[in-house]
Amino acid sequence: MTTLQTVFATAKAENRAALVGYLPAGFPSKEGAVTAAAALVEAGCDVIEIGLPYSDPLMDGPTIQDAVHRSLVNGTRIADVLRTVEGVAATGAATLVMTYWNPIDRYGAERFARDLAGAGGVGTITPDLTPEESEPWRAASAAAGIDTVFLVAPSSTEARIKAVVDCCTGFVYAASLMGVTGARETVNVAAEDLVKRTRAHTALPVCVGLGVGTGKQAAEVAGYADGVIVGSAFIRRMLDAPDEAAGRESIGVLAREMAAGVRSRA
Amino acid sequence: MANDGTILTAADLAGNGAYGNDPDVHGKFGIFGGRYVPEALIPALDEVAAVYEKAKNDAEFLREFDHLLRTYAGRPTTLTEVPRFAEHAGGARIILKREDLTHTGAHKINNVLGQALLTKRLGKKRVIAETGAGQHGVATATAAALLGLECVIYMGQVDCERQALNVARMKLLGATVVPVTNGSQTLKDAINEAFRDWVTNVDTTHYLFGTIAGPHPFPEIVRDFARIIGVEARRQMLELTGRLPDAIAACVGGGSNAIGIFHAFIGDESVQLHGYEAAGHGLESGEHALTLTAGSVGVLHGSRTYVLQDEEGQTIESHSISAGLDYPGVGPEHAWLKDSGRAVYHGVTDDAAMAAFSLLARTEGIIPAIESSHALAGALELGRELGPEATILVNLSGRGDKDMGTAMKYFNL
Ligand SMILES: Cc1ncc(COP(=O)(O)O)c(C=O)c1O
Repeated sequence: MTTLQTVFATAKAENRAALVGYLPAGFPSKEGAVTAAAALVEAGCDVIEIGLPYSDPLMDGPTIQDAVHRSLVNGTRIADVLRTVEGVAATGAATLVMTYWNPIDRYGAERFARDLAGAGGVGTITPDLTPEESEPWRAASAAAGIDTVFLVAPSSTEARIKAVVDCCTGFVYAASLMGVTGARETVNVAAEDLVKRTRAHTALPVCVGLGVGTGKQAAEVAGYADGVIVGSAFIRRMLDAPDEAAGRESIGVLAREMAAGVRSRA
Repeated sequence: MANDGTILTAADLAGNGAYGNDPDVHGKFGIFGGRYVPEALIPALDEVAAVYEKAKNDAEFLREFDHLLRTYAGRPTTLTEVPRFAEHAGGARIILKREDLTHTGAHKINNVLGQALLTKRLGKKRVIAETGAGQHGVATATAAALLGLECVIYMGQVDCERQALNVARMKLLGATVVPVTNGSQTLKDAINEAFRDWVTNVDTTHYLFGTIAGPHPFPEIVRDFARIIGVEARRQMLELTGRLPDAIAACVGGGSNAIGIFHAFIGDESVQLHGYEAAGHGLESGEHALTLTAGSVGVLHGSRTYVLQDEEGQTIESHSISAGLDYPGVGPEHAWLKDSGRAVYHGVTDDAAMAAFSLLARTEGIIPAIESSHALAGALELGRELGPEATILVNLSGRGDKDMGTAMKYFNL
């Protein structure tokens, strides 16, 4: 199992940023999610985030909403998410689950942490779990030996950044912009400033997500961040592809472009 | 009424701990409430909380709010005793608190005027809101017109169709109405979409939340602005009947009209508090909005509360003939009142609500909102249960003009 610590140490040694890819479980199909993630890993993604599809994704833009909706219609359950993690972890990538809080809450924090660790997952990203409400999840995760990643945002005050990074292990997720997920024409300039402010409070790697869609943007973000997170841009290509194989090929091309980007720090 | 002739005093907005059930600093009512939202929204929520904290102790704010409530919303609203209706409740005394007589036709205007004034204090020029029945949307569009704010209303496509009249009203008032076509296309999805707008435009925009659900501080603020309903009703009941009611009945969607009338009575142990949720086609049908009655504890829309969800935490779509009650969550304070036993919650089916709707029209010449009709149906049951000596206060949260399309279909009018 590759840990986040290994991933970021390796990237640092190679003087590059890590590439993190996001795909929801069960999209485009239960099997297809594993093979798509494997294609991302082969193309150079160091870390894979597997999304746990949720009925009310209020942080997500239309692209991820669409994919998640299809996944739920496909009947994706938590057991499928865990099987997906298992399949992806087998490729050698550090594999996380990204999820809204309620599914874990309902499944049981300790049980989820244990089952995720059992599937080879290395941690979670929980975008709507605030530091104030996070204690039970951090305790369960620590007991299971998995990392807890939380988000800071451009609007975060210094005090909030400190509160959030104090809850993080593995890395800190810096949301590049005020808004929902989705590729954008340009990566918000606020991202660089946020990374700088975050570093003042932690030695953990800081990864930037939201709005990254091209190799050029990846290179730009790699210039100041430890990791570049890409989700909607991959999913868009899969949604637009005529079939799963074509989708896989298409995201492979984009991931290679991104992988080159994180290696040519702008 | 305060000595200077105003209807509102600082103590009338709760927040003074007088009722022992203010949330803690994290917005927790016991285990319920709190904040489960993207970090990006935390500063905005903190700002709203801070501005409200200052405003509620500011005489100027109270004066402005009081002025709008009296001269614009039409407060205080009257009580109306309904003896011909009450004959169907075993002869118990039934008295209505007439929120249907407020400007725009529902209790929603109270909270909206308060938050619209807060919006100005926040220095924001744009308001967004979700709406189910359209009453909160209409009230928000109204306040936005009054105060010169840009206004965008998110409304599920299904609700746009069944409350078409209110869509037209909002447009006439200058608001942009955005139909939401994902998920169940009802209130829950309108809230998701409003949150997405808010996180994107939070610098310029206040999310004028319409019920006592959502992340802290909304449950507290919306309650405090709705509290005037019970504050008035308590005084009016004492004037009219010389004593407190034996029971209060209110419908529960998100829970704002119910908490509005309950709250001033929470300390009065002799007064039973009854909330009525939409049982839709009945519990067994699976098509209902029985969040408190049949749901389980979870997190929805930023708050820990009762939720209609499956065993993996996916929200289950609700159903009700009334758009305003068609919601799979509920305010955390009701969750807390339920678990503490201080209030009890029941279900009323579509059919029972529609029967009460038509009964009130025919016996008293008042056409209620279908939402409020759930409370009326509840009062009929309560009356039979409590007997002819009992006095029941019902929150008639809104009027039925908006529901004529649904009524025409239901009754073949
Ligand atoms: C007349 C009326 N009553 C009740 C409700 C339900 O909301 P709440 O439970 O917040 O009072 C609505 C919501 O739209 C409404 O319009």
